[in-house]
Amino acid sequence: MAEEHYLELSENPVQFEHASSVNNVFFDEANKQVFAVRSGGATGVVVKGPDDKSSVAFRMDDKGEVKCIKFSIGNKILAVQRTSKSVVSSVKTVLSLRHTFTHITRNASILGFCWTSWNEVVFITDQGVEFYQVFPDKRSLKLLKSQSINVNWYQYCPETAVILLSTTVQGNVLQPLAFKNGNVSKMSKFEIELPVVPKPAKLSLSERDVAMATIYGQLYVMYLKHHSRTANSPSAEVVLYHLPRDGPCRKSHVLKLNTTGKFALNIVDNLVVVHHQSSQVSAEGARLLGSAVVPSQPPVPCQLYSSSWSVFQPDIIISASEGYLWYLQVKLPPTVKLLQDKGKLMDFLLRRRDCKMVILSVCSQILEGSEKAGLPVVATVFDKLNQVYKEYLEAEQSYTAAVESGPSRGGAAQKRPVRTQAVIDQSDMYTHVLSSFSERKGVSHKFIIAVLMEYIRSLNQYQITVQHYLYELVIKTLVHHNLFYMLHQFLQYHVLNDSKPLACLLLSLESTYPPAHQLSLDMLKRLSTANDEIVEVLLSKQQVLGALRFIRSVGAHDNVSARKFLDAARQTGDQMLFYTVFRSFQQRNQRLRGSPAFNPGEHCEEHVVHFKQLFGEQALMKASTV
Amino acid sequence: MLMISPKMASGMQEKQYTPCLLNFFIYNPTFGPREGEEEKKILFYHPSEVEKNEKIRNVGLCEAIVQFTRTFCPTKPAKSLHTQKNRQFFFEPEENFWIVMVVRNPMIEKPNKDGKPPTVEYQEEEILDTVYGAVVRQCYSMYKLFNGTFGRAMEAGGVELLMQKLEKFFYRYLQTLHLQSCDLLDVFGGISFFPLDKMTYLKIQSFVNRVEESLSLIKYTAFLYNDQLIWSGLEQDDMRILYKYLTTSLFPRHSEPELAGRDSPLRPEVAGNLLHYGRFLTGPANLKDPEAKFRFPKIFVSSEDGYEELHLIVYKAMSAAACFMIDASVELTREFCEQLDGLVGPQLTLLASDICEQFTINRRTSGPEKEPQFKFIYFNHMNLAEKSTIHMRKTASVCLTSVHPDLMKILGDINCDFARVDEDEEIIVKAMTDYWVVGKKSDQRELYVILNQKNANLIEVNEEVKRLCATQFNNIFFLD
Repeated sequence: MAEEHYLELSENPVQFEHASSVNNVFFDEANKQVFAVRSGGATGVVVKGPDDKSSVAFRMDDKGEVKCIKFSIGNKILAVQRTSKSVVSSVKTVLSLRHTFTHITRNASILGFCWTSWNEVVFITDQGVEFYQVFPDKRSLKLLKSQSINVNWYQYCPETAVILLSTTVQGNVLQPLAFKNGNVSKMSKFEIELPVVPKPAKLSLSERDVAMATIYGQLYVMYLKHHSRTANSPSAEVVLYHLPRDGPCRKSHVLKLNTTGKFALNIVDNLVVVHHQSSQVSAEGARLLGSAVVPSQPPVPCQLYSSSWSVFQPDIIISASEGYLWYLQVKLPPTVKLLQDKGKLMDFLLRRRDCKMVILSVCSQILEGSEKAGLPVVATVFDKLNQVYKEYLEAEQSYTAAVESGPSRGGAAQKRPVRTQAVIDQSDMYTHVLSSFSERKGVSHKFIIAVLMEYIRSLNQYQITVQHYLYELVIKTLVHHNLFYMLHQFLQYHVLNDSKPLACLLLSLESTYPPAHQLSLDMLKRLSTANDEIVEVLLSKQQVLGALRFIRSVGAHDNVSARKFLDAARQTGDQMLFYTVFRSFQQRNQRLRGSPAFNPGEHCEEHVVHFKQLFGEQALMKASTV
Repeated sequence: MLMISPKMASGMQEKQYTPCLLNFFIYNPTFGPREGEEEKKILFYHPSEVEKNEKIRNVGLCEAIVQFTRTFCPTKPAKSLHTQKNRQFFFEPEENFWIVMVVRNPMIEKPNKDGKPPTVEYQEEEILDTVYGAVVRQCYSMYKLFNGTFGRAMEAGGVELLMQKLEKFFYRYLQTLHLQSCDLLDVFGGISFFPLDKMTYLKIQSFVNRVEESLSLIKYTAFLYNDQLIWSGLEQDDMRILYKYLTTSLFPRHSEPELAGRDSPLRPEVAGNLLHYGRFLTGPANLKDPEAKFRFPKIFVSSEDGYEELHLIVYKAMSAAACFMIDASVELTREFCEQLDGLVGPQLTLLASDICEQFTINRRTSGPEKEPQFKFIYFNHMNLAEKSTIHMRKTASVCLTSVHPDLMKILGDINCDFARVDEDEEIIVKAMTDYWVVGKKSDQRELYVILNQKNANLIEVNEEVKRLCATQFNNIFFLD
């Protein structure tokens, strides 16, 4: 494993008939479909994608060389461009094509077209863009909007339905257009700084060096700025322009590549991947992070970075000569070694899609073994995890609140927050990290307790309610090492939150640590919902009078079972105590029912007999005496 | 139980004498069993000027009393001897080693007319066995904290070494005993805990853990704020005596320079250390001083196998103090102290201001502090937590109380009653000058309240105390 790779091609590539003299291959970025067109469609068109399983096959008449072929969203309508002047659209029903209609432009030449919905299409010509709605039944097109502008080339980002037009002579003034529900909105145009300004002016910004991508939900234009001998930039760099929905475009990031040559860009899991053909490596740069040069390895035997490879956004690599379509994937586990700073590593991992197990394994790593980190690092990692956890909890909470308050107010229903893998909750930490760590031999108990307390501190800092099992783990560890005084102090400062289970756990410790009894009673008292438990505890300690006084102080004297108290009083063998308790309940009966006698339902007969035996009939309280 | 205390006799021109220390000696009867060798039994005698034969006589008397009373109850030897003029306290901390303290009873000197010498009236019932018995035990515990057991000195260097150690320790220690201001708090020997919210407490935990991790020499840590304990890595009994030492001896000695003005010569050097306010209370006064010595006091605490000897480093920043304890076999160097200063100083300074801020917030939310109608002492035997609104700030010399000594005596009496039985109890006493004194015992906790309410009756007093419990002690299980 000397050369661990951080990127890989998907295991099950989409396979298609490789490009040849009779077979033309097209790729539609919007639907992620590969079209293999044999003999201009006469001997069949096979459409594959976005995964290996889905495929569509049909035939069409060979009316000349196909320049571009695309389905509308949902494979409803097929559009084929054969000349620079016309596009033919056909409605597709199951495996056959019917109703064709043609769109022809007069003076302009069509650069291409993009479907923005199942029946809306944009034609980009060298003189502007035209936005049409297709009515398949009527075999007609209706012009929705058009925009007149000189266009050199265009790029389309299907996720956001934004088309980027290259304008002006040099081509470096970019005009983004956003399409939505039959509307076109012009976003603010911007100019890309060229490394050298040519004289006389000529087209200098190539379509190959520009790509659009969404990173962390934001639209960016990535520009591959090549090294130039005249300018003082020693190497190529990737410049990111942020395109907000409204507001001006801003140059936001520059990724220095420290090398020169041929490059290609991908976006995988919000990471910018830069392929470098000559060294056959990919440089990967996450936002906020520097760049790193890493080798990648394909899972299928094929020539890496062959010249027939084409790169499509966001994460697609196609080898037309071999007939494969791969998705590029990030392999997270090896990336862990890239960043020594665990805080930065956590920032990086928390933004990745399949991060949970990797994060948990990093957590385990920093707690034990050769990569064990110090407490400050552990604390930083916990804080980062809990911040994400807290944000999710808050979103979830406000969603629940919104649902409960009903849809009457606020209009649009709030979306339920998505729980991403980056949300590492207490049970994840407990199951995968803390419980095994706390039982690990050879780790000092001091460190174990420090780590557990650090985690509890972090949860508290983010005002997250700590789960009972974490406290149990702390207590178990402390008890195991006879650190009762430490436990006592934690409880004294209420570091371990009060709960009935915790109080019961403490009670069970009484035999080894007597003060646990007091701690447990205090906790039950504070809970204020555990009066029954308190009575049980006191009675089991034969503190019958104490129990009686307590139950009176909380005003529950009228409802308690007299038998329970009398049983306990009799068990002590203290006759005076029995007398006192007995009389106390007689008085209660008198007050409640006007008679000192016990109800049959209270099952106190044997105690009445016992009382008479001890003190005689006359000692019984008589109804008439009061 | 209701007791009405007799009204005190009051006279003119009387002179009051508080109880004071007459003798303090330590002996071991097995060291000089034969006649003529009696002097060998005596290991320490205060005052040392006393004539040899008198020493021998006094020791002999104690020995005889202890022997004699043993015949009545072999398991519980005599604890004290009451006489008209003084009271003697006996304590056998280790087998055959006896510590005896003789206290002169308080007395009143009444002038007589016609030039006759004044009449002296001893008040033999005014002092409490429990209080002074506790003082003797404390003397031993303090000796043991800094020197280990008597047996340890015997093993290391025989009687001679033990006598040296006793002389060195008690000569100074006895001067700091202020018998006139000993009271119920000495019986408890409790620890005052600093009230703190959970989050700040967890921050302190985190601080302690981090320091112990980066300075792995540190074996135990204790953390105090405002002379009150927040965290102890030591076991309870060791912390109890260390706390006593810190709060009654070490901190008061160092508080004066802090209170002194900026330009006062008493103020310690803080030059070149503008990043934090940390400084060593034990060990080097100034790290920059090339002559500085890196010697720290050594203390003995219990460990799994008997006792362990530790260096005691006390480091303070503003009101926060951290005690770091390190195995005594390790030699502490300048480098270590500098490392500790660099690591702990800034963090402790930050924590101290955090705690201070949190404390002020808490006090503000709990409302402006009004002078309450009552004063109380609370003690919990389980965690040794004590709280007193009767005692003012402790200083090196005296422990000031804000109530009359007679009331303190009543508190002591109630405490003795409580000690006699296991059951929960409540005692209400009407004292002179309209004071009511209430003592409550619930499980392991004791509460003493002094109420100053004229014309209040028993029921009202009872109600008042219930209210106090509900407001001050609502988060613990305290039976009404």
